[in-house]
Amino acid sequence: MMAKRVGMEVSVAIGEAAKMANVDVVAAYPITPQTHIVEHLAELVADGELDAEYIPVESEHSAMSACLGSSAAGARTFTATAGQGLELMHEVLYVASSMRLPIVMTVANRALSAPLSVWGDHSDAMAVRDTGWIQLFTENGQEVVDNVLCAFRIAEDQRVLLPVMVHLDGFHLSHMIEPILLPEVEAVKRFIPPLKYPFPLDPLKPVSMGDFGPPFIYSEAKWAQEVKLREAKDVVVECWQEFGKQFQRHYSPVEEYRSEGADVLLLTMGSYSETAAAAIDKVRAEGKNIGLVRLRLWRPFPFAELRQKVSQARVLIVLDRALSIGGPVGPVCSEIRSALYGQAKQPKVVSIVGGLGGRDISVAGFEAIISRGIKVAEKGSRNEFEIFGVRE
Amino acid sequence: MEKFAVYVPKLITKKENFAPGHRACIGCGEALAVRLACKALGDDVIITNATGCIEIISSQLPYTSWRLPWMHTLFENTAAVASGIEAGLKAMTRKGRGLAVEAKVVAMAGDGGTSDIGLQALSGALERGHDFLFLCFDNEAYMNTGIQRSSATPYGASTTTSPAGKVSIGQFAWKKNVPAIVVAHNAPYVATACPSYPFDLMDKVKKGLETNGPAYVHILSVCPTGWRCLPELSVRIGRLAVETGIFPLYEVESGRYKLSFDFPKLRPIDDYLKSQGRFKHLSPDEIKKIQTRVTEEYQKLKEIAARS
Repeated sequence: MMAKRVGMEVSVAIGEAAKMANVDVVAAYPITPQTHIVEHLAELVADGELDAEYIPVESEHSAMSACLGSSAAGARTFTATAGQGLELMHEVLYVASSMRLPIVMTVANRALSAPLSVWGDHSDAMAVRDTGWIQLFTENGQEVVDNVLCAFRIAEDQRVLLPVMVHLDGFHLSHMIEPILLPEVEAVKRFIPPLKYPFPLDPLKPVSMGDFGPPFIYSEAKWAQEVKLREAKDVVVECWQEFGKQFQRHYSPVEEYRSEGADVLLLTMGSYSETAAAAIDKVRAEGKNIGLVRLRLWRPFPFAELRQKVSQARVLIVLDRALSIGGPVGPVCSEIRSALYGQAKQPKVVSIVGGLGGRDISVAGFEAIISRGIKVAEKGSRNEFEIFGVRE
Repeated sequence: MEKFAVYVPKLITKKENFAPGHRACIGCGEALAVRLACKALGDDVIITNATGCIEIISSQLPYTSWRLPWMHTLFENTAAVASGIEAGLKAMTRKGRGLAVEAKVVAMAGDGGTSDIGLQALSGALERGHDFLFLCFDNEAYMNTGIQRSSATPYGASTTTSPAGKVSIGQFAWKKNVPAIVVAHNAPYVATACPSYPFDLMDKVKKGLETNGPAYVHILSVCPTGWRCLPELSVRIGRLAVETGIFPLYEVESGRYKLSFDFPKLRPIDDYLKSQGRFKHLSPDEIKKIQTRVTEEYQKLKEIAARS
């Protein structure tokens, strides 16, 4: 059987991807806009199409906690959440990565209260930046499906054994019906080898997990974790290369769109990149030397790849979909500046924030962001960053 | 009891799955309870432990007191972690990748990790009906962080966050009845125990372990450090708690209550209260108030047991 192209809601397709990965345990709590993912998984389990334990937990804190338990038992474990749910999981996320549990989670990115907003932005993702998870951003339904499959392979790789978060924009992606190529199950089986967790909870080989670390050992434990997460980058790249070979769709930590030799670069993350690309086509048609760079691998941060792709430009406009309130610039821009600091050649970096709480940015909007960014780069701004389209 | 003293040493395993060398305070009733519980649990269990005294005294890197598979993650989520382990084992067994032995999941938490911060996760796991045993080691306050009150702290006890003072009698609320909350979830097996009654405790832990579905054993664990009592009186004070009726021992099987020990006449509560510094500020009036409440509660329990 060949892979088939089907029209499918992206959330449903994620459920299908988890099914193809033959997950053992799903522990989840409903929250907009990720509900369709776990609803579909519940349906697959109810219909006997997926042989898994579905734990309908009483909160996201318990969702991730149950994932800790099932992953430590050696079971392939999946969950999904969004916004407030990710925040409620916060402390548990650190435990998942520190204890090297290869859990896979999709996050339908959502704004944080207050005011309450169920709509999309990257506030939730930015709040869990330092939790030690491998974090990937996606732009369309196909990318989400492909990267959920990759996530299992990366997380469970014996050189990695770290949890992976796949981010997709709430509503803008989670609720879209898109044409998606679902790979054939056999191919997925070959691509994701069976999970062999090296130290599962087993009475025949007792291990103590999650011991407490006094000052003499805590730093070393954290450094070991840092080294492992950094080293995971090579495995992520290797996995994407292998995926490209087997499925002919290619991913890399920092991706470009018509950016070669560009004077001005726009940098985006997530589904807005596709609209931004349409804007790039327009300005290119007008003869302007402007290109797009998209950050796909958020953690571990791809320093070398980023520097190589942006250092030759004169201006780099970074679009953030989150705020670092009272801080320097948008959180992604802050990292980009930090990554470029001290480099011999580097662009002038401009921070624009937009798309907060589900507000759309149209093609024309991106054109406006580009021209405003160029102007700020040349003449400066009275603020450290600007919110695109905000009514002051 | 003489008969048990003769035969029990022969019946109880000498194997210590909770190894000696841990860092508990002298006279710790909780460490004793865990040790006894582990003897009843046997080898084929997986333990998940909440943050608290037991976790801290037993797991300091690079050492461990556990000869069983043991996992600590956080404070409030132990029942949820247990749910995950149980589900993981179940799915893997069904899919032909299970363990070589059939392992039961045991969650352990203190009174804070059970009756306060862990109550939601416990309720969720009970309601979903996971096959696991939850052991609450109740030393009646947050002892690990320095004797702060919890909802399991008894009325009138002075703690660092419910200090007795000129206008305060200390803990202002009556102890939360967590076993009754668990019974309300229709858990098939609920019991109270105390390491001062070791054989009763082991029987109940074993029964809980063998129960199909969620089981809960609430274990009163005397804490000389927090209760301001002599460490050598730890076991004696546990007995007084039972003999005065302030901590009655009972079982609830499928909703049916049964007293484990019934005393024709309860000892006066004063015998228990005066053994501990945490109650030393109580006036005769307050002691009378406590006595009335204890007598009433014990009577209610007897009536429920008689009706069951």
